[in-house]
Amino acid sequence: MIRYTVKRLLLAIPTLLAMLTAVFVLVRLVPGDPAAAMLGDQASAQALAALRSQLGLDLPLRTQYVHFLTDVLSGNLGHSLANGQSVLREVAAVLPWTLQLTVAAILIGVGLGLPLGIWAALRRNAWPDYVTRVLSLAGLSFPAFVSGILMLLAFAIELDWFPVIGSTTSGNPWGQWRGLALPAFNLGLIMTGYVTRVTRSSMLGVLGEDYIRTARAKGLRPYQLIMRHALRNALIPILTVVGLYFGTLIGNSVLTEIVFNRPGIGKLILGALNSRDYTLLQGLMIVFAVCVIVVNLLTDLAYAWVDPRVKYK
Amino acid sequence: MSTVATSSPTPAPAARIDTLWRTLLGNRIAWIGLILLAIVVLAAAFAPWIAPHDPIEQHIAYRLDPPSAQYWLGTDSYGRDVLSRLIYGARISLLVGFLAVLIAMVVGSSLGILAGYLGGWVDQLVMGLVDVLLSFPALLLGLMVAAMLGASLQNLVVAIAITEIAPFVRVARAPTIALKQRDFIEAGRALGFGPIRLMAVHILPNMVSEVIVLGSMWMATAIRTEASLSFIGLGVPPPIATWGGMIRDGFDNILDSWWLIVFPCLAILVTVLALNLLGDALRDALDPKLRGEKR
Repeated sequence: MIRYTVKRLLLAIPTLLAMLTAVFVLVRLVPGDPAAAMLGDQASAQALAALRSQLGLDLPLRTQYVHFLTDVLSGNLGHSLANGQSVLREVAAVLPWTLQLTVAAILIGVGLGLPLGIWAALRRNAWPDYVTRVLSLAGLSFPAFVSGILMLLAFAIELDWFPVIGSTTSGNPWGQWRGLALPAFNLGLIMTGYVTRVTRSSMLGVLGEDYIRTARAKGLRPYQLIMRHALRNALIPILTVVGLYFGTLIGNSVLTEIVFNRPGIGKLILGALNSRDYTLLQGLMIVFAVCVIVVNLLTDLAYAWVDPRVKYK
Repeated sequence: MSTVATSSPTPAPAARIDTLWRTLLGNRIAWIGLILLAIVVLAAAFAPWIAPHDPIEQHIAYRLDPPSAQYWLGTDSYGRDVLSRLIYGARISLLVGFLAVLIAMVVGSSLGILAGYLGGWVDQLVMGLVDVLLSFPALLLGLMVAAMLGASLQNLVVAIAITEIAPFVRVARAPTIALKQRDFIEAGRALGFGPIRLMAVHILPNMVSEVIVLGSMWMATAIRTEASLSFIGLGVPPPIATWGGMIRDGFDNILDSWWLIVFPCLAILVTVLALNLLGDALRDALDPKLRGEKR
């Protein structure tokens, strides 16, 4: 296991470097350059030159690249062009809000998706299977902002069960929970659709195996059969797919935060877009990509831990 | 010369697409998807004849009118007809979705075949690229590319296409690796066919149906991404009607003008659901484990 872990860690390094290079190139693709885009058409040549040298844009490309890599690898993601705050601090300030939302969504998604998927697999081609299939496909078809807006319209504006403005930074815990409910369910229900589908197909694969037939013939009670024998083996692919879902979850939470006007990464990105804050955008992109790479790494390691055969491939 | 390909044990590609098509037509869920999609496509194609009003013309006297006999789905804050904008908006959604997927499909499967066939450093390079693409959350990657390039139809297509290349590389690479060891490729090589001919004429047709199935599912995602980017403000610039942009504009008046939001939301949903239903049915039709099963 240790050898595999080290090998997998080493494999992540080129991906990390290539990712950073991609971000570097992408930011240099801005028509004109970030300085011109930020200051607009009216800027004086002096102001442009000043900002260019502040951003290091006047240096040769190779030097810029080396500076960029050494900065990022030493943990310096630069400073926001809009307010001079360090990018990492900006992210850290809003991260708890986004984490709260995504963790709640994962709990809802797995909590509802696993049982629904098992149910659909056990009643294959009967009505539970059809209903969950159509519902989960519908869940997957909702862009996160569309479902969010429809929920906002129905439950917050028409029925008035929840506050229209997501959550306030201050206020009593009850108010905060109420504010979290709609955004969390919005994200969670979309994820439920995803988890349900994966669980169904994974369970169907396992239920067809010989050892399940043997266990059944042995007279094992259905509950034990499903929980101890089938689900355990079905969990491996489910785990992988849920890990891969992480990137989508981040994208969806950005949209959800914007719809529900919740503080968090989503609003940070929106603000950075509006003020053309390219260093903040670049920093956010690196932070997210590192998160995804780490989650993929953890998923792979978990996979190897559950299924030792993976290590020897 | 072509007998080399037809005598191979894999069924002729034309026959496989034919099976795909027949299984599809026998599937009720697929029919629902096809009909819904046909409605959206027809609306987009014949927009100038169907739309009751001009989608851009403003009637300040009729600002924020609720649905009525004159304006079936109401008007927006500039007094523009929501129904007409919805019909024209279908053009942008379908165009961007289709073009983005087409680019991702062509680029992705070419890279996949190339990587699988040539192996070695080409394979490593391509798979490294895939790893990088997969390390960005898709929506954020699209958002960054669109923000960096500036908002326009072409840039939007490019941005969305980039987020969807990786799955096509994977779906083309795996079968290529298996196919290149088969006798018919060996025979082609012995006859002196060049690698390009082998890849394009003898390997590519064997995976066309898989690529098409994946394409229908990723077109749904592309349309979703387009709507999301337009909602954030990175879509095709106004006054051109886009569904995501309509929702963005209507969001300011959400408290009292629900029609500005609900109808474009439904339009996005119906289109994405139709493509997903179709893709799902197609995938089942391709999956040998599920084939021939009654549904």
